[in-house]
Amino acid sequence: MEMPVPSALVISRKQQLVSRLREVLPHDAVISHISETRAYECDGLTAYRCPPLCAVLPANTAEVAAVLKICHEMNVPVVPRGSGTSLAGGALPTADCVILGVAKMNGVIETNYDDRYIRVQTGRTNLSVTGAVETNGFFYAPDPSSQLACAIAGNIAMNSGGAHCLKYGVTTNNLMGVTMVMMDGTVVEIGGAHLDAGGLDLLGVICGSEGQLGVVTEATLCILHKPEGARPVLMGYDNSEVAGQVVTDIIKAGVLPVAIEFMDRPCIEATEKFAQAGYPMCEALLIVEVEGSDAEIDAQLALIMDIARKHNPVELREAKSADEAARIWLGRKSAFGAMGQINDYMCLDGTIPVSELPFVLKRIGEMSKEFGLDVGNVFHAGDGNMHPLILFDANKEGDLELCEAMGAEILKLCVEVGGCLTGEHGVGIEKRDLMHVQFAPADLEAQMAVKDVFDPKWLLNPAKVFPLDASARRRVA
Amino acid sequence: MTPHSQTDLAQMIADAKGPLRIIGGGTRAIGRVIGETLDMSAMSGITLYEPGALTLVAKAGTSVAGIEETLAAQNQRLAFEPMDHRTLLGTEGTPTIGGVAAANVSGPRRIAVGAARDFMLGVRFVDGAGNIIKNGGRVMKNVTGYDLVKLMTGAYGTLGVLTEVSLKVLPAVETTLSLTLNGLDDAMAIKAMSAALSSPYEVTGVAHDPSTATTHFRFEGFAASVAYRAAELTKKLSAFGTAAEAQTDWTAIRDVHAFANNQGDVWRISVKPSDAAALTAKLGATAVQYDWGGGLIWALTPEGHDLRTAMGGTAGHATLIRGKGCGPTFHPEPAPIAAITAGLRAKFDPRNILNTGIMS
Ligand SMILES: Cc1cc2nc3c(=O)[nH]c(=O)nc-3n(C[C@H](O)[C@H](O)[C@H](O)COP(=O)(O)OP(=O)(O)OC[C@H]3O[C@@H](n4cnc5c(N)ncnc54)[C@H](O)[C@@H]3O)c2cc1C
Repeated sequence: MEMPVPSALVISRKQQLVSRLREVLPHDAVISHISETRAYECDGLTAYRCPPLCAVLPANTAEVAAVLKICHEMNVPVVPRGSGTSLAGGALPTADCVILGVAKMNGVIETNYDDRYIRVQTGRTNLSVTGAVETNGFFYAPDPSSQLACAIAGNIAMNSGGAHCLKYGVTTNNLMGVTMVMMDGTVVEIGGAHLDAGGLDLLGVICGSEGQLGVVTEATLCILHKPEGARPVLMGYDNSEVAGQVVTDIIKAGVLPVAIEFMDRPCIEATEKFAQAGYPMCEALLIVEVEGSDAEIDAQLALIMDIARKHNPVELREAKSADEAARIWLGRKSAFGAMGQINDYMCLDGTIPVSELPFVLKRIGEMSKEFGLDVGNVFHAGDGNMHPLILFDANKEGDLELCEAMGAEILKLCVEVGGCLTGEHGVGIEKRDLMHVQFAPADLEAQMAVKDVFDPKWLLNPAKVFPLDASARRRVA
Repeated sequence: MTPHSQTDLAQMIADAKGPLRIIGGGTRAIGRVIGETLDMSAMSGITLYEPGALTLVAKAGTSVAGIEETLAAQNQRLAFEPMDHRTLLGTEGTPTIGGVAAANVSGPRRIAVGAARDFMLGVRFVDGAGNIIKNGGRVMKNVTGYDLVKLMTGAYGTLGVLTEVSLKVLPAVETTLSLTLNGLDDAMAIKAMSAALSSPYEVTGVAHDPSTATTHFRFEGFAASVAYRAAELTKKLSAFGTAAEAQTDWTAIRDVHAFANNQGDVWRISVKPSDAAALTAKLGATAVQYDWGGGLIWALTPEGHDLRTAMGGTAGHATLIRGKGCGPTFHPEPAPIAAITAGLRAKFDPRNILNTGIMS
């Protein structure tokens, strides 16, 4: 993966930078020794590492503003960081950058149950947002599998999704407002506890901008009352085409499950070894979950089970208790961990129109043979967001490159059938150079024009999202 | 000017000598716009509809009614329930999907399922320099690059002329049932609506009409589920009175029919629901209507007032939807936000020719 040549000038001024940062932050909030900056050398895309020039851990919006003002004056690139779980290299440092971590900023500022929102500092983890309101019966809907660790900051930057977004939407649909610090230190309030933007929908473009438009320090998030109950069913099929048809039939029947998850045989085998969830060995497994009162769940599941039966399942199991429900989810939730046990893997994230599911799965199977790398598929089937996991051996010469080449082919296929490169993980560095596949030069120009307005010097996370050749002129300016 | 294709349009914009006034059906004429008319109605038609994937793609000039009909045939719908402005504004013409997107038009169901912007999956547009641009796509989850789809939705054509939109659609419902509470004052009504919205019973419309002191609650879904939720909410709301089944006209609420034949300016105010009652008390309005559980206030005022003065420091914003008002149509923005907005306009419409002045 190519990264821009770090600025020798910036690196040569490290001492000056560090002492200026120490003037505005407590001593221990500026991390400059290599033994400590290493902790920030990568995110969830661990194949790529580079310790930053230094890291700062501000405690509030004012401190973030002070840091950015200094970096702006000294022309130092800044890479914002939440919990560092990005799978796209979104938080990967460069040798001439300051990592700005919001991990210390994890407080709850306000909860309002009448108006159904919570305002938090963005270093707060996703799961602990729900944790702050669940005793009152509420929850925060977007639920990435990494929710125990990932921060709201990263969720907003990546517009993260989760297993339940078929019903509740992704981060952008649950975000009402932010406090954001611009690269020059200006603090802006966008949106708030009211609905809909007054002017242009700036919040909409900030969400998903991968830390390139500003550093988000506080966020107002929608909270919802928990449903009375939820219940999953598990279905196994002999062939993924049939499973794909079941998904379409359920959606067409007018029921809207909260989640429809899919796993293929390699994934089932791996998770069974790892988690012993009691999954049937078959080609395609679906987990469908519905919500509501018991009676509502019964009614919806009756419809779903009918559809499922029509397609001759090898297994059809409705959770009869909370324990059984947990077991049905257990395998799905440990799928990534299980695959990680057997191999190094790269997790792709392309989205395709649901109707193309069988074709794309077939092609991925063929590519797996062509490249000689195993692939497991586990994903959000209801919305076509695939997660092919390509297995490789990081210690084997050339395997990573082979895996990346195969990944690129799969993503191109996703675009070809009418989908996109990434459904929820973001572009980062990982898919940066594939952006040409999905976008024409004018499409990318329009996106980069937005960055020009928010960050005219291109100092915020500059080497991400846009192909390096496309952004070169702007980054050196 | 009436473009028939995206390339037509790009050429027309590139060649334009002065401001262009973009219209779809011309039914949502708000703001003060100048310029030659650019009529998008000839670029029409559904280009893709996949019921099993809940997606529909249509050219910007496609009529909303046509889309709704196509969806209804497959038992699906536009869940955000776009308002039809014709009755309120006294306009004629055919509302188009491009207009819905450009103005981010939603209805009562917005409070439960989200606004038009939440259902927009992709756009194609031509910017003010004549560049043809696409963003988003036709799939439901997509974080590839910046979300210009949201930026274009609600931009009233000032950043580009939409030529095509892709939308997420949802299943239609088997049953709709409405309940009403009577006799509540505004503050109590908002408390009742908040109680409904913070329950697990999934109301899909909550509105209050102070002129009759009627508070409306809507349930949708499978019959058994609707009956159950309505019964449970009735219990939960018993402190506010006895909710009774009613024949609520949600179209009339959506389209603010109540103000259609009344003289005066009409304002649309977006606030936090719990601020709404105190705010309307100081607006000096002739009449108000609440939608979105109090989060949306429609206010009828004597002509020529600027409601923003009365709003004072209340968080939120007010837009003049009908009439002359006084001052800008849209809520003035704080300086740093206004600077970002101006910066974006300068990038996307460097000659300042697209719907010039509509959003000020
Ligand atoms: C096991 C595993 C499972 C996962 N499952 C899912 C899933 O189901 N769904 C999903 O969507 N993702 C998933 N992810 C990906 C990842 O967790 C998400 O992208 C998450 O939102 C990243 O949050 P973070 O706090 O770790 O951000 P980081 O990794 O620290 O940063 C991510 C991006 O956000 C930017 N950023 C961070 N803080 C700020 C800020 N304050 N202001 C502006 N920009 C900022 C960074 O610069 C970077 O570009 C998974 C990851 C792992 C490792």
